[in-house]
Amino acid sequence: MSDLPTELKFAKSHEWVRNEGDGTVTVGISDHAQGLLGDLVFVELPEVGDSLDAGSECAVVESVKAASDVYSPVAGEVTAVNVELADAPETINQDAFGDGWMFKLKLTDAGDLDKLLDANAYAEVMQSEDH
Amino acid sequence: MPFIPHTDREVREMLEAIGVDGIEDLFEEIPDDLRCGDLESIPPAMSELEVSQLMGERARQDGQPACFIGAGAYDHHIPAAVWQIATRGEFYSAYTPYQAEASQGTLQLLYEYQSMMTALTGMEVSNASMYDGASALAEAILMAVRANRKSKSRRILIPRALHPSYRRVAGNIVKNQGIELVELPFDPEGGHTDISALEPYNGEDIAALVIPQPNFFGVLEDVDALTGWGHRNKVLTIAVVNPLAMSVLSPPGEWGGEGVDICCGEGQPLGAPLSSGGPYFGFLCCRQAIVRQMPGRIIGRTLDQDGNRGFALTLQAREQHIRRSKATSNICTNQGLMVTTATIHLALLGAEGLERTAAACHANTKILVEQLSIIPGVSPRFNRPVFHERLISLPMEAEAALRALAAHNILGGLDISRDYPELGSAILTCATEKRTPGEIGDFVDKLSRVISLQGGTPCQLQPKES
Amino acid sequence: MMLLIQEQSKPGRRAVAQAPLRKADTSDIPEQFRRRRPAALPEVSELQVVRHYTRLSQRNFSIDTEFYPLGSCTMKYNPRGANEHAMLPGFLARHPEAPESHSQGFMACLFDLQEMLKELTGMQAVSLSPAAGAQGEFAGVAMIRAYHDERGDTGRTEILVPDAAHGTNPASAVMCGYKTREIPTGSNGDVDVEALKTVVGPHTAGIMLTNPSTLGVFDRGILEIAGLVHEAGGLLYYDGANLNAILGKARPGDMGFDVIHMNLHKTFSTPHGGGGPGSGPVGVSERLIPYLPVPMVARDGDDYSWLTETECPRSIGRLSAFAGNAGVLLRAYSYALMLGREGMSRVAEYSTLNANYMLKMLQEAGFEAAYPQRRATHEFIITLRKQARERGVNTMDFAKRLLDYGFHAPTTYFPLLVPECLLIEPTETEDKGTLDAFIQAMRTVQGEVAEDPELVKGAPHTLPVKRLDDVRAARELDLAWNALAED
Repeated sequence: MSDLPTELKFAKSHEWVRNEGDGTVTVGISDHAQGLLGDLVFVELPEVGDSLDAGSECAVVESVKAASDVYSPVAGEVTAVNVELADAPETINQDAFGDGWMFKLKLTDAGDLDKLLDANAYAEVMQSEDH
Repeated sequence: MPFIPHTDREVREMLEAIGVDGIEDLFEEIPDDLRCGDLESIPPAMSELEVSQLMGERARQDGQPACFIGAGAYDHHIPAAVWQIATRGEFYSAYTPYQAEASQGTLQLLYEYQSMMTALTGMEVSNASMYDGASALAEAILMAVRANRKSKSRRILIPRALHPSYRRVAGNIVKNQGIELVELPFDPEGGHTDISALEPYNGEDIAALVIPQPNFFGVLEDVDALTGWGHRNKVLTIAVVNPLAMSVLSPPGEWGGEGVDICCGEGQPLGAPLSSGGPYFGFLCCRQAIVRQMPGRIIGRTLDQDGNRGFALTLQAREQHIRRSKATSNICTNQGLMVTTATIHLALLGAEGLERTAAACHANTKILVEQLSIIPGVSPRFNRPVFHERLISLPMEAEAALRALAAHNILGGLDISRDYPELGSAILTCATEKRTPGEIGDFVDKLSRVISLQGGTPCQLQPKES
Repeated sequence: MMLLIQEQSKPGRRAVAQAPLRKADTSDIPEQFRRRRPAALPEVSELQVVRHYTRLSQRNFSIDTEFYPLGSCTMKYNPRGANEHAMLPGFLARHPEAPESHSQGFMACLFDLQEMLKELTGMQAVSLSPAAGAQGEFAGVAMIRAYHDERGDTGRTEILVPDAAHGTNPASAVMCGYKTREIPTGSNGDVDVEALKTVVGPHTAGIMLTNPSTLGVFDRGILEIAGLVHEAGGLLYYDGANLNAILGKARPGDMGFDVIHMNLHKTFSTPHGGGGPGSGPVGVSERLIPYLPVPMVARDGDDYSWLTETECPRSIGRLSAFAGNAGVLLRAYSYALMLGREGMSRVAEYSTLNANYMLKMLQEAGFEAAYPQRRATHEFIITLRKQARERGVNTMDFAKRLLDYGFHAPTTYFPLLVPECLLIEPTETEDKGTLDAFIQAMRTVQGEVAEDPELVKGAPHTLPVKRLDDVRAARELDLAWNALAED
């Protein structure tokens, strides 16, 4: 069953992107992803000013049983990071699509967004992963 | 069959339960052409008594010469309680504490160990050990490269006055990752790494500077000045120290005011017998800020579900069994048993006991060197303060002198000419607290005779020190 | 709860007998080098230390006290004789830099062990120096790299690793500057050879395999795999973690492997010591001999000598300051002598018998085997995915409840391929009565899962601590006792 916010786009590797409409986007990981990881204990974020390619490793989310790479879904320059996550990584567990946002990018190419999945397509990805 | 408890009847019952006729049937999945025949060159089984006799003979064969060699492995007194407790089955045959609730003994001990190492080195955190000092240095270098936020530099400055085996091991481990070890020369008079050796690298893109204390020659380095250079040039600093020396000397956490970033070294002086070089253990400590880059096991204190205190492995997500190819290191075991002995050893000695031991070694070496220097042609090298080990020049070939001494069951020191040919005939010698006045006197006496038998003083490359 | 040794400290208290009675003069060390304040180490008496660490030891599970069926770890009995032999005064007193004249006895032991390991594994030469299995893996991959580099074949950038491999495999490959590529395992437990064919090629430096694999089954395609990789110009690395299953029955050298590492703390029963020290000797085929890590022992007549960087200029070098974990090598040597020729093959026979017996009995008790159509080797996998789905009790809970029954749990959640798995390895040193008691405990917990799942989910109940909060341990890092903060 899909409670996915329909305004978001998704990558197969479980990142979400929200188009802020002003040439910037916000990026995080999906609720499904945080469930797989378990209680998060640490989040490593990119630095403001970093230039990211679409699909490149840019962050790490760490739980007691896994440390997963986060891949930037689109190309862009990092304009902000969620500093709250330093002291409260569990925010991602609590509100993955909202307060648990990870970083914001200035989009290099708006066309990158079209290559991502919409909520329905991502819902199918999630279903196919469950045994 | 030793250690296999099955009776014939039990074997029959088990085979019946499984539903096969014989044990051989259980190997049916291994192709016939891969089955090996009898292992002809493995000797037949021996009883425990027979092995005792064989190994006893071999152990006795090597004698127990009076040992004046240091060079990274030191002959210290180990209190009886240390190994008696460490070889209790509950410590000796316990596994890695992955099931934390069933391993609170080991886990609490490791937490105590980590705490003691931070106290001794002045650093903020310690891990639960690496294989040995040399590989700990290699891991420290890899860690510094990873932790370097300033740049992607892969150049490390490493003094030539650091133990040659440590430099070789570090190189062998890091070279396949494109890391370059740049050697810093040592001062020919002082035997230390002078700050002027760093001048060519001011403002250059360097990942880390390695600083030993004491260095391989036993000489004391200007650790504050060297660390200060690291701070000013935004170069990470890696200390390599003798843990016993830390009871007397300034610890790396205080060098240059703010301290170093990473500290490592060989833990053998803390409760491990010489035992031909192993098992020992490497210690690794760092600043809290870069703890996630530190390889190896780390124990943390936490609470159980009733709110009681307990201990568990933590930060495991960095380790190989979870992170796999992106792990901080491939390391899996630590040196658990050796850390157990070190912890008990440190608890027994405490700061006062360590300091007295260190002082006794320092004083004993001083006496040794003074007495040896009376022999014509023998003199200490380098004119700087040293700790518990000294390089002395000889008026004859070091190898020949050592061989002659060995014939009298005295191991006089280490011949350093292979790694430092420019230093001529010299041996690195050390008298720990275990060397008696009788042993020292005997060493001096025998060396004196060996030298006078050689007749006269051959060419010395350096003038005699006063 | 037990106090830390630091918490029992009282200023001025000392174990007087353990330090020199007088403090010698160190005033010749100038002020600038000296420590300003003593280190904050505990100040306790000798009796306090002895009591404290003795009591701590009693809060541990160990082979000497409990059955420890940890898959992939080979928790067999650590012979007390081996410890005594390795700790003979003559061995303990030997300095690693002692001259050869005073080392012949020690070197004879090492040489004999080198020879025995060669024979057991079917390899052409052995180096005893790597300090642990992981270091042996590093050495093995580094030798593969040295081989290709020397031939100028620098386009080989990849190491192939099965998805079921132990984490040290890919980690070691990366430490040697390689990229790793995963190959899938088929549903029957063997490496997927068709998938292998699509990825092997001129960029393949080698493949790292365990056989029997981490899934507890013998890979029947091993000769085909060896052929494919060799044909493509790559080399074969054998992870010897599961050597216990085939010791005396089959040899990695005969399977076509170019380099292997052994885990002496598994197959050769050296003590686990709460996490180490291990020892990871490596063996090689002919073409890799020049690259073996130093030092090694050579024999000429009755004389033993060291092979160092000088004698072996193409070696990958040394990986520790001295000769590796010498004391561990002596324990392995003693064990090997006590087993002898007949004992060696018994190891594989009885470890395999024990594992197959347990597998059968657990299946009859209603547990689900991961590969029911395969024979167990020295270990096998049970999956608890049904219980996890139906009762919300997962493998972690099950394992914790087994602790209450006085058994150390099997390995959990490894290999990652099988969900909710228990990897069970009894070893050959356990008797039928112990195996039956464990099987009974498994049945009991199985019953509790059905009748009283909360009991299992809340386990352990009878240990010094209850279930520990490892999320808290990772979020609120408390890694050292701080003298000032504790007041």
